[in-house]
Amino acid sequence: MPMEQPDHIVRSYDDQLRKLRDMVARMGGLAERQVHDATIAMVRRDAALAAEVVARDAALDQLEREIEAFCIRILATRQPMASDLRFIIASMKVSHDLERIGDYARNGAKRSVVLAQQPPLGSLNGFQRMSVLVQENLKLAIDALVNDDAEAAQRVWAADEPIDNVYNGIFREMLTHMMEDPRNITAAIHLLFIAKNLERIGDHATNIAETVHYAVRGDSLPDERPKADASAYAVVRPPE
Amino acid sequence: MSSATDQHQAAREAASFGGMQARSGAVINTVSRISVRNLDFYYGTNKALKGIDLELPDRQVTGMIGPSGCGKSTLLRVLNRMYSLYPGQRAEGEVLMDGRNLIAADMDLNELRSKVGMVFQKPTPFPMTIHENIAFGVRLHEKLSKSQMDDRVEWALSRAAIWDEVKDRLQTSALGLSGGQQQRLCIARTIAVRPEVILFDEPTSALDPISTLKIEELIDELKRDFTICIVTHNMQQAARCADQVAFFYLGELVEVAPAAQMFTAPREKRTQEYITGRFG
Repeated sequence: MPMEQPDHIVRSYDDQLRKLRDMVARMGGLAERQVHDATIAMVRRDAALAAEVVARDAALDQLEREIEAFCIRILATRQPMASDLRFIIASMKVSHDLERIGDYARNGAKRSVVLAQQPPLGSLNGFQRMSVLVQENLKLAIDALVNDDAEAAQRVWAADEPIDNVYNGIFREMLTHMMEDPRNITAAIHLLFIAKNLERIGDHATNIAETVHYAVRGDSLPDERPKADASAYAVVRPPE
Repeated sequence: MSSATDQHQAAREAASFGGMQARSGAVINTVSRISVRNLDFYYGTNKALKGIDLELPDRQVTGMIGPSGCGKSTLLRVLNRMYSLYPGQRAEGEVLMDGRNLIAADMDLNELRSKVGMVFQKPTPFPMTIHENIAFGVRLHEKLSKSQMDDRVEWALSRAAIWDEVKDRLQTSALGLSGGQQQRLCIARTIAVRPEVILFDEPTSALDPISTLKIEELIDELKRDFTICIVTHNMQQAARCADQVAFFYLGELVEVAPAAQMFTAPREKRTQEYITGRFG
């Protein structure tokens, strides 16, 4: 449940915190859209859309710088305490996560341009599924920040496992394609990187969830999060 | 000094009140110098403090915060019996130091105030020379030769980080010093009688930022030897100076916690709202 708090004595401080919340929400929405469009570009082999995604990344970088500068200004002028302090620091951290998410989406879009020139390689259903899961988590994490909802953040934090499972499936599938025919390697490698990008985006969404949990509650989630990415040991026996 | 040190040590062992474990894992010194137990205070019929329980850890800084009229200055005035100067004011409960109840009727107030010194909001130098400002209080408690007294004056002024600024003008009037210097002189005057506890009542609210930082630096230095309790309206100051912070509201002690926890993640909603500037 969001924690209800009365307004600050200084109204302009409330205005600033509201503005910061809006900026982070806007950046979150933009990052979500980048992930969405990058996936569409890949699935539809749409090089023009991919180019758009690449070009739009600059807007995310710009928003990150704006959020950071705004947070620094609030810190310097308001000397925030307790929940305000945690929220402002969280906003800065979340903007860094979102910026990285944007980078991964852009990287995926670039690879889609190359993929569009390669022969199609099997079904991309796994990618679509993974992308939808990642976007859901990202959206929930941003909503949790905007609504001060620690419980929602905790659900996102615990919901990364299905994403890892899809990723493991894609990893094995791509290995198979490459072993079947070396001519598949170029496409398979790019697809594997895209899958890895999506998996990393999922991890950043859980980072955001952890940050939100701290911002709202003032304590941290445990170090160990449910994880299922087993691709590191897919073809070898794990070390004892 | 050895018997005083022994007493100190014994009191420290006796008054242990168990480690205060912060959520962050930080542990505050577990030895209590002053223990406030179930303290009520009245201005006439008006109850200004209600059932206060608070431990002042030995050689740590306790910060007291809260909106005006919350009782924090009242508690400070109880700790060295300042209120005894005024008729109609009375305290009930226990304020224990070295096993004695400071608010008991038979407490020797001169002795108490030599053990528990106080520095006020506005610098209050006596209209005397700088040397005499320090020597005056010492003379009430101890008989020292002239050279011993000179040594004590130098020691106190050095500990208060003002010796270098006044050593060439000890025989001039203290009223010629700047506000920040006057406040450090008052701190020197307080520590000259070698108290165990120093109470600061908003010691920097009348000072410029640089003088304020000098006083804060001094408090940091003094806590190696003295137990310190500081009332401040400046939240950042409490966050910087204090090891533990107590938040008072309407005569009640709402929350006491290590400073790091108090200002990042207080437990109580009222604390949260006060320190974030939502009421007060």
